[in-house]
Amino acid sequence: MNPVKSVRLALALLVLSFAAASWAAGGSVRLDRAQIDVGDPVSLQAGARSFVNYCLGCHGASLMRYNRLRDLGLSDSQIRDNLLFTSDKVGDLMAIGMTRQDGKAWFGVAPPDLSVIARSRGADWLYTYLRAFYRDASSPTGWNNLVFDRVAMPHVLWHLSGQAVLEVREFRSEGEARAAQLQSKAFSTIAEQGEGAHKRFLLRSMRVDVPGSLSPAKYDETVRDLVNYMVWMAEPAQQSRVKIGIAVILFLVVLLVLTWLLYRQYWKDIH
Amino acid sequence: MGDSAEFDPTRRSLLVATASAGGIAVVGTATPFVASMLPSERARALGAPVEANIASLKPGEMQIVEWRGKPVWIIRRTPEMLESIKKSDDLLSDPQSRASDQPDYAHNEFRSRKPEVGVLVGVCTHLGCSPQLKSVEDKGEMGADWLGGFYCPCHGSKFDFAGRVYSGAPAPINLPVPPYAFVSDSEVLIGEDKKEA
Amino acid sequence: MAATQKQPITGAGPFNGLLTWIDQRFPLMALWREHLAEYYAPKNFNFWYYFGSLSLFVLVLQIATGIVLTMHYKPDANFAFASVEYIMRDVPLGWLIRYMHSTGASAFFILVYLHMFRALLYGSYRRPRELLWIFGVFVYLCMMAEAFFGYLLPWGQMSFWGAQVIVNLFDAIPIIGPDLAIWIRGDYVVSDATLNRFFAFHVIAVPLVLLGLVVAHIMALHEVGSNNPDGIEIKKNLDANGRPLDGIPFHPYYTVKDAYGVAVFLIVFCAVMFFAPEMGGYFLEYNNFIPADPLKTPEHIAPVWYFTPYYSMLRAVPPMFNSQFPGVLVMGLAVVILFFLPWIDRSAVRSIRYKGPHYRWWLAAFVVAFLVLGYLGTVPTNHWGQFGGWLGGAERATVAARLFTVVYFLFFLLMPWYSKIGPNKPEPDRVTG
Repeated sequence: MNPVKSVRLALALLVLSFAAASWAAGGSVRLDRAQIDVGDPVSLQAGARSFVNYCLGCHGASLMRYNRLRDLGLSDSQIRDNLLFTSDKVGDLMAIGMTRQDGKAWFGVAPPDLSVIARSRGADWLYTYLRAFYRDASSPTGWNNLVFDRVAMPHVLWHLSGQAVLEVREFRSEGEARAAQLQSKAFSTIAEQGEGAHKRFLLRSMRVDVPGSLSPAKYDETVRDLVNYMVWMAEPAQQSRVKIGIAVILFLVVLLVLTWLLYRQYWKDIH
Repeated sequence: MGDSAEFDPTRRSLLVATASAGGIAVVGTATPFVASMLPSERARALGAPVEANIASLKPGEMQIVEWRGKPVWIIRRTPEMLESIKKSDDLLSDPQSRASDQPDYAHNEFRSRKPEVGVLVGVCTHLGCSPQLKSVEDKGEMGADWLGGFYCPCHGSKFDFAGRVYSGAPAPINLPVPPYAFVSDSEVLIGEDKKEA
Repeated sequence: MAATQKQPITGAGPFNGLLTWIDQRFPLMALWREHLAEYYAPKNFNFWYYFGSLSLFVLVLQIATGIVLTMHYKPDANFAFASVEYIMRDVPLGWLIRYMHSTGASAFFILVYLHMFRALLYGSYRRPRELLWIFGVFVYLCMMAEAFFGYLLPWGQMSFWGAQVIVNLFDAIPIIGPDLAIWIRGDYVVSDATLNRFFAFHVIAVPLVLLGLVVAHIMALHEVGSNNPDGIEIKKNLDANGRPLDGIPFHPYYTVKDAYGVAVFLIVFCAVMFFAPEMGGYFLEYNNFIPADPLKTPEHIAPVWYFTPYYSMLRAVPPMFNSQFPGVLVMGLAVVILFFLPWIDRSAVRSIRYKGPHYRWWLAAFVVAFLVLGYLGTVPTNHWGQFGGWLGGAERATVAARLFTVVYFLFFLLMPWYSKIGPNKPEPDRVTG
């Protein structure tokens, strides 16, 4: 095997294995795309407001400092007057008074800290999850969720979204279920039930029966802003990371050209 | 190095250019390493300006506030105290506070924005002990000619009510005045010159 | 005595005096000549010869960034997770240092795997380079230890459960296992005590050994001289001054070439670090952004990608005599077997350029086995579904992992025989290309 061939072989194998990996990554639940933009300060500010209003009651973001919100174009006094409810100093962390023990006693599980939740769950999951609550009398909170069955968290945003109920449709084949899923605009999941001839495909979706104060489109936008903020909060340095990265790569290209010229210059003695 | 290398101008200029770019790369790489040792956001938050309410501070009394890990004194000076500051000029090593550390707005007779409210960093400029308030009544301990002021128990430095050091004391310069501002008549913001935080 | 015989240093401009002063008290020029200016390396190094110097570069980067990280990190179960995020948020440019370190860890393994593959291609482990190879395998072992200890430090779910699983492997060792596992953890479960000692191992114990081994590796290399893609000794053809005809001084020729290599590497490295530091969950796992919770096991535990080939082997071996030990043994042997490579390769020639077709096919099979095992280690064992009834409904991925584990070992175990089979091509007298 000549070296060029072996490089090609190695690269081909590497590409193949990564392709296999990404093909395999598709899960069973198809999440809605969040379409977020962490470069949009208006959306981020709106998301920050929703976050302190609705999330920060039970969840902390104890690794995040209020004054970091300056990066979203807010001044210290704007932060203090509009967003600072759990503390009195803008340099403080977004921590809450509830301890893990209290949380466990009240909700059954302690509400997780949300500082970096977007990095473990991903934007699409959060976006879908916050739009997938439906009424369920059998659950202790009265709420259930299509992407997180029997979740301990109640639907905090219900007066914005309205109240939805679960609708289940049965299909004999997966194809029919998928076709029906494509036609409905709202989020839905498909589950298998039964064996052999009794196998059915259940399409679960939601129908709003008590409208909320926001239209469905407006509610989606509110959740999108909130998720956008949570993604930004999970890594506040991400925008400067990309900016610095572009500058560094441009510089390295120059360095690459120079070192290559120098290398050719010296090596012309050799061959 | 090869024989031809020394005299090849292209090679020389390429070497210089690459070495310069390499130098920039090294400096660029060093930046995050150096920057990471600066005070973090947490240190800055802890060192942020501190607000003190002095509404209940009675004339002649002193209040201690912690700012950046140091005691800051806020003293409401009585007319007698102010009078003693005027009288002590001859006894001091730096009555005009020329060698001392204070913001411009406190570089005056009483070393303060308002004569009756004195704000000082309560750390002796000698070796860093914290001096104590000794009123004019403490003549028994401080000597018959004591006008009132501060006394450092570690090495016996004496200061007047404006934090100015007496001559002959081991402390070299006057007590520093931190940056501060009045948010209102009863609220002092320590650590920042401007009123708006 | 020797000092008086040394020539004064020239050619360093204003530093001539200082350098001469040092040289008379320290073997400065001797080291410079021996390892750089008069170290003669074959002139036909190709693409595969960049990875040694690049690995050294990344090692330095890891040490430098590691030192800064220890200034801010807290090895305490209550504060560890938050202190990493403190570095990411509150420390000025701390995120950059942390990403350099996390990306550097993966980069180090990629480079070293390519560096080792180079040795397989060109027979760089063959006599007289056996000890050089052995030092190298020890470096690799140290890196694995270093990576394992370091991965616990962020104290996320994957840190915790990864360490839990690996320490439990020691539990499987007969007789002493359970006590050994408790001794390693210092507790009955991975805990604050474990974190604290792993921190000590990660920041000082293992790096000290690693550095010593790297120095030994380079000294051994410079003693025997570098191999090359043709696998022939350049020392056989010397000129009138006793210098290899096919050798060129490492400095300046390979220093400028490696500088170019570093520039290429840095572009790739920075592209990942700045634009995809998580690398799709392979360099920083998503579950590791959840703080460690001893009461909640994640649904799917996968080690970081560089351990996954061995993890696959571990899972592939079925328990025997009610014990996981055979799997642990196989995993350990998979690494230990590397030490024997210099003696099991019986080929008449070193380089794959002149070896017969059998070795090529076996090497290709080995690479495929390593990559597939690596991939399978990142996914659950039911990932490829199950075979039908004719195979007892066995999991396809497990069967594949078993098959490729066998291929991995056969590459080594059969080497004494297939490496002897020709027809080899004739080796040239002088290096080509």
